[in-house]
Amino acid sequence: MQIHKYDTVIVGAGGAGMRAAIEASPRSRTAVLTKLYPTRSHTGAAQGGMAAALANVEEDNWEWHTFDTIKGGDYLVDQDSAEILAKEAIDAVLDLEKMGLPFNRTAEGNIDQRRFGGHTRQHGEAPVRRACYAADRTGHMILQTLYQNCVKQGVEFFNEYYVLDLLLVDDPEVTLASGEPGKRVAGVVSYELATGEIHVFQAKSVIFASGGAGKFFKVTSNAHTLTGDGQAAAFRRGLPLEDMEFFQFHPTGIWRMGILLTEGARGEGGILRNKDGERFMEKYAPVMKDLASRDVVSRAIYTEIREGRGCGPEGDHVYLDLTHLPPEQLDAKLPDITEFARTYLGIEPYTDPIPIQPTAHYAMGGMPTNNDGEVLADNDHIVPGLYAAGEVACVSVHGANRLGTNSLLDINVFGKRCGINAAEYAATHEHVELPENPETLVVELLEGLRTGTGTEKVHEVRTALQESMDANAMVFRTEQTLKQAAEDIRELKMRYRNVSVQDKGKRFNTDLLEAVELGNLLDLAEVLVAGALAREESRGGHYREDFPTRDDVNFMRHTMAYREVDESGKDAIRLDYKPVVQTRYQPMERKY
Amino acid sequence: MSTATEDKHSAALDAAESGATQHVTFRLRIRRFNPEQAAEPVWVDYELSMDPKEKLLDALHKVKWEIDGTLTFRRSCAHGICGSDAMRINGKNRLACKTLIKDVLGKPKNGVYKPITVEPIKGLTVLKDLVVDMDPFFQAFRDVMPFLVAKGNEPTRERKQSIEDRARFDDTTKCILCAACTSSCPVFWNDGQYFGPAAIVNAHRFIFDSRDDAGEQRLEILNEKDGVWRCRTTFNCTDACPRGIQVTQAIQEVKRALITRRI
Ligand SMILES: Cc1cc2nc3c(=O)[nH]c(=O)nc-3n(C[C@H](O)[C@H](O)[C@H](O)COP(=O)(O)OP(=O)(O)OC[C@H]3O[C@@H](n4cnc5c(N)ncnc54)[C@H](O)[C@@H]3O)c2cc1C
Ligand code: SF4
Ligand code: FES
Repeated sequence: MQIHKYDTVIVGAGGAGMRAAIEASPRSRTAVLTKLYPTRSHTGAAQGGMAAALANVEEDNWEWHTFDTIKGGDYLVDQDSAEILAKEAIDAVLDLEKMGLPFNRTAEGNIDQRRFGGHTRQHGEAPVRRACYAADRTGHMILQTLYQNCVKQGVEFFNEYYVLDLLLVDDPEVTLASGEPGKRVAGVVSYELATGEIHVFQAKSVIFASGGAGKFFKVTSNAHTLTGDGQAAAFRRGLPLEDMEFFQFHPTGIWRMGILLTEGARGEGGILRNKDGERFMEKYAPVMKDLASRDVVSRAIYTEIREGRGCGPEGDHVYLDLTHLPPEQLDAKLPDITEFARTYLGIEPYTDPIPIQPTAHYAMGGMPTNNDGEVLADNDHIVPGLYAAGEVACVSVHGANRLGTNSLLDINVFGKRCGINAAEYAATHEHVELPENPETLVVELLEGLRTGTGTEKVHEVRTALQESMDANAMVFRTEQTLKQAAEDIRELKMRYRNVSVQDKGKRFNTDLLEAVELGNLLDLAEVLVAGALAREESRGGHYREDFPTRDDVNFMRHTMAYREVDESGKDAIRLDYKPVVQTRYQPMERKY
Repeated sequence: MSTATEDKHSAALDAAESGATQHVTFRLRIRRFNPEQAAEPVWVDYELSMDPKEKLLDALHKVKWEIDGTLTFRRSCAHGICGSDAMRINGKNRLACKTLIKDVLGKPKNGVYKPITVEPIKGLTVLKDLVVDMDPFFQAFRDVMPFLVAKGNEPTRERKQSIEDRARFDDTTKCILCAACTSSCPVFWNDGQYFGPAAIVNAHRFIFDSRDDAGEQRLEILNEKDGVWRCRTTFNCTDACPRGIQVTQAIQEVKRALITRRI
């Protein structure tokens, strides 16, 4: 085992982690730990754009953007946070441009902007062009630009280091609502893929920027590596997770594969059609049509499918039709996604409509933070020194449903805030002493899996989890399906105790890490389902067929899930709630 | 029933939608290497039965998940965006996630397919199975100053750039640093000191960006003995690039800029 000492440690080198590193590294001695080479992070897969009311092509302002974000999130958004997001968006985009990001340009040479779902002028009057973009590779350009600037600044990366535990120590001067002592951060424990060695990083401040957890679903736009490691580590250590039941299903994933086709395709004029060729979104969202918010469009697609208007021999998908758009426009604005259709489906999107279905896309929930990026230990206390940004975090700027282009924005705005604040915290605080044998939990976990002799296989348990989640906890949910999911997960957790890995070696043991990642997915899926079962209403991405309307009286509040040990000594989940911050916008019915 | 969209159906769309899978049986011949166990690599065959419309990455996963968990390779996005899984497939550098089995399966002889060979990319040290040491590759990238250097006062808003100026370096912005090009280059195989095409592509991305002021410096770096003049224009890199970047052309443009000293 090796021990390293830094001022600030950042976990993750996607958009949020690197944006934080650019701020933190000049201010404090910073290490970035990442399980992937930075440029492999899934931010690079983002396509459509990043929202900011630059008003480069038509009238716009950050107040409209704030409103759209709140309405898009079905009023579960903390309104003060949304205001920060929308206000700071403009500088966030300009910062990236100055770092070198090659945005598409207008004829005047300014950053070009296009339409995206749920972004409107005058509080819902009509779509507005707010998404700043670089073809359909905006995330790629953000990731590259941030990495380039990290290289420029000499940021110190530890590549292919998996963070598997968060080190907290008790702070007896603080008492949490649960009666337990407060927590302070001491560092993290990581595993070096190349050698199998354990590295403990002691740090004054730690930023979690480890991304999403979409791999508990089968049809998903998420990478194989998006397994919620950060959320799971925090949860295991007794920190809460907020609003995990809110998961976004993006309307247009390639049928069966889940590969994303950006909403920008509809922003450029693409149309969704059922088997009769009908532009069905006109029925569900007369004003915004194909550009209504994602939860609305995903439900509409499944309604078409259920009512027998789906396409293909099994009637299990619909079409994204781009055939009426000029090929030059597709080549210039949507080159990558049209290539995906050619590569993976063998069809020509100039002339063929593309078979699509909703795909599990984005975790609205995560580690709860305040507007400074500080992680909460409960509703009223933070964990001093611990920060989180990006998809791992829940500020909450996305509420019950994130608007397209608001996540690339989120990682930049809150990544920057976390970087600055974590470095300042480090400058004014001392290291907290490491707990005794800080590596114990990780060593036990890994050795248990490495030496296990069980008969279960990781991939079989994972596939069973994904199939249950797709069947029971996706776009449409009921008490019955969720109970089924909960039961499946319980059973799979039992089976998980009996998994063994074939690779017993030290070097690049990805077999072992896949087993660890599966454990994280199981824990998080359980939290998602518990929150969804308790939330007897429909709001944003969470739709209960048995409770089809929003219930502001009982559920205008964030879910806070805690891991606890029950009387019988078994792991259990305790659900608590946190009020939503409302400033100027009264909840209204959401219509598009 | 005939409908508007169904009338438009091509044979390709019908095939894509049919959902019917016809499994074929074939062998994957993988070059395995684990220095914890043996000093030399060995070729190992795995028999698989799969839908040929699946990706080669799916085939590797099938081996790892169902046959031999020790098989090791990098991957993340699974759709050609993250650059993790460049490997030599049937002797050609490709991304496993962007290669469909049917594209490398060939025609059967007497009902039997030739095995699909998979080995690590060349010119970088193999660490285990298909995993190579990427550090020298990223070092060459870092050496060409792959970041915008803009002198003068920062504007309050964005820097201006015309659509034409933006288009000038568009192709080289697409690079995902997968190393398929560099590790297909015979000059790089013979001499690991050569910057290699990927680094030059990334230098090009800034040299021809109208907002950048460090083109001269980068050209000087590429003018050195391990620089752009080592390129012998074999086009391997362009063929290998999964992003369709005109790599050789980018290198030629850099050479031309060096000769004319005009960007
Ligand atoms: C296909 C697709 C398209 C999208 N398009 C858009 C769009 O157009 N606009 C928009 O706003 N949003 C979009 N999104 C959403 C947005 O891209 C993501 O939410 C965002 O990029 C997440 O960034 P991140 O930095 O939080 O995480 P990521 O970029 O996923 O990075 C996570 C990082 O954490 C590291 N990590 C993970 N676990 C560990 C561990 N255990 N130890 C150490 N390191 C770890 C990884 O190595 C990685 O570096 C899209 C998402 C997808 C999937
Ligand atoms: S130029 Fe092409 S082949 Fe070379 S590293 Fe970039 S994406 Fe890969
Ligand atoms: S897995 Fe990302 S490029 Fe192949």
